[in-house]
Amino acid sequence: MSTAALLEARGVSIRFGGVEALRNVDLDVRAGEVVALAGDNGAGKSTLIKIVSGVYTPTAGEVRLRGEALPAGDPQAVRARGIETIYQDLALADNLDVGSNIFLGREPMRRLLGMPVIDRARMRAVAGEVLRQLDIHVPEHKLAGPVRMLSGGQRQAIAIGRAIWWNAKLLIMDEPTAALGVPEQRSVMALIRRLRDEGVAILLVSHNLHDIFGVADRIVVLRRGELAGERATAQTDGDEIVRLMVGDTYAATRQAH
Amino acid sequence: MATSSSARLERLALVGRLWPWLFLCALVAFFECWSQVRVGRSFIGSLYNVQAILLAASAPLMLAIGQTFVIITAGIDLSVGFIMGLAAVCVAQFLGLGGPGGLSLAITLVATVAICALPGWVNGMLIARLGVPAFIGTLGMYGVARGAGFLAAGSGMTVPVDHAGLAWIGTGWTPVVITGVLLAAMHFVLSQTRFGQYTYAIGGNQQSAARAGIDVRRHLVQVYMLSAAFAACGGILYTARYGAGAANAGESLLLDSIAAVVIGGASLFGGTGNLVGSLIGALIIAVIQFGLIFIDVNAFWQFIAVGAVIVLSVLIDQAKDKLGNAS
Repeated sequence: MSTAALLEARGVSIRFGGVEALRNVDLDVRAGEVVALAGDNGAGKSTLIKIVSGVYTPTAGEVRLRGEALPAGDPQAVRARGIETIYQDLALADNLDVGSNIFLGREPMRRLLGMPVIDRARMRAVAGEVLRQLDIHVPEHKLAGPVRMLSGGQRQAIAIGRAIWWNAKLLIMDEPTAALGVPEQRSVMALIRRLRDEGVAILLVSHNLHDIFGVADRIVVLRRGELAGERATAQTDGDEIVRLMVGDTYAATRQAH
Repeated sequence: MATSSSARLERLALVGRLWPWLFLCALVAFFECWSQVRVGRSFIGSLYNVQAILLAASAPLMLAIGQTFVIITAGIDLSVGFIMGLAAVCVAQFLGLGGPGGLSLAITLVATVAICALPGWVNGMLIARLGVPAFIGTLGMYGVARGAGFLAAGSGMTVPVDHAGLAWIGTGWTPVVITGVLLAAMHFVLSQTRFGQYTYAIGGNQQSAARAGIDVRRHLVQVYMLSAAFAACGGILYTARYGAGAANAGESLLLDSIAAVVIGGASLFGGTGNLVGSLIGALIIAVIQFGLIFIDVNAFWQFIAVGAVIVLSVLIDQAKDKLGNAS
């Protein structure tokens, strides 16, 4: 594994009006590594991933991918560089089938009597291939139906599969297990581990310490817009992470119990 | 046991998908039996009857073509009826302009569609850029187009026009063929092109579509312009058929166009529907309207019958959704 980080955020700060939502935050994510971004509500997790994915432009600092500065404030350009973000709502069109969702906005075309038409056969074939790669089993008739008929875990897998199909180097996942039942949480976690083993870098935003410890190699904790700490998962425990998340005062009262 | 119940579900789902066809066949069969027994001749075997039904269907169907696109995006276009009226008046006025010959037919048709696409553009801008709900935005345009149509008509309620070329467009099977060709072309667009795919995607989840890089606002503006353009085509056919433009030409067709789309299986919540369905919906309405007159039932019953079919179709759709979730 290379030691140079795939993604480097340096001195990132952002202000919304009078509020400084992030102050001088650094973040590294290496290829084949899962980094969890932890923090309480309002700590700045979402703001940070939105800066990385190009939704927000930081007031100071910059984000680099393989040493090259990313275009700030241009989500499409950031995507084109290989950073895909999977939001909590998955950004699927529920009324369309798996293939249509994977290719949404980038449909493959073929010629029919000289006219460009959508190549549905290819979309179907790729849908099957993507699901096979991720080891997700969807019955044939559901593959052709709207994705709203699929389970939460399957839909999550489709969102992940779409990102991978478009060659994501870095996958940003916002609370990927929040809406899932326990067995589905497990299969999504297994999927994340498999992607990491294939060399994808993953930045995971989560509230769920169980998930974080189950899958992350490194944990970066934000508190009120600042970097509160960074730990290798193997060398820390839940108590320490909670202490970093909420600050020492609360942790002290916790220990008093 | 599991397989037999899933086979049953699939059979039910098939019936759910095909019910507009089945219902149309049942309606035709009913009128056919009635006709054979009471009059002793065929209902659907008569070319005159078939032509009358198709002509009756083609007027709301023309509006329903654009309306289908709009409803799939989870919108609605209440202005199509009076945009159609405005177009009907424009055609008659333009052909009468500048001396005995007036403007040429080609220029008239192009100008009419172009002028009527403008209110569609305004609808789209209101809805996509300013975030006005489609129901309100197009209700506003309903009023504006209505007023503009009557103003354009001048003192008389209708504007007569005498033009051989235009009259040909409105004669015999021509309006049916024109509507059929446009329907087929737009069916191709909706089912085979990116434009159609994005129409469905926006109706399914506007935010997802935007995140996938689709220019949602531009697409919505285009969809409302399309709807207005088809309303204009409806107005042209009206004036061609009746030899006069009237500002209220499409007044009663607005609800028929929405009914056709809904009976055809589209959901007003967006994301579903197609033009074959809208065609069947328009045919069902036309068969009910013509059939009830044919069997000499008081004409007002047709409103009751069409109303009942609309509600029935929505109920079937809801049952179908539950079925889909269960399987």
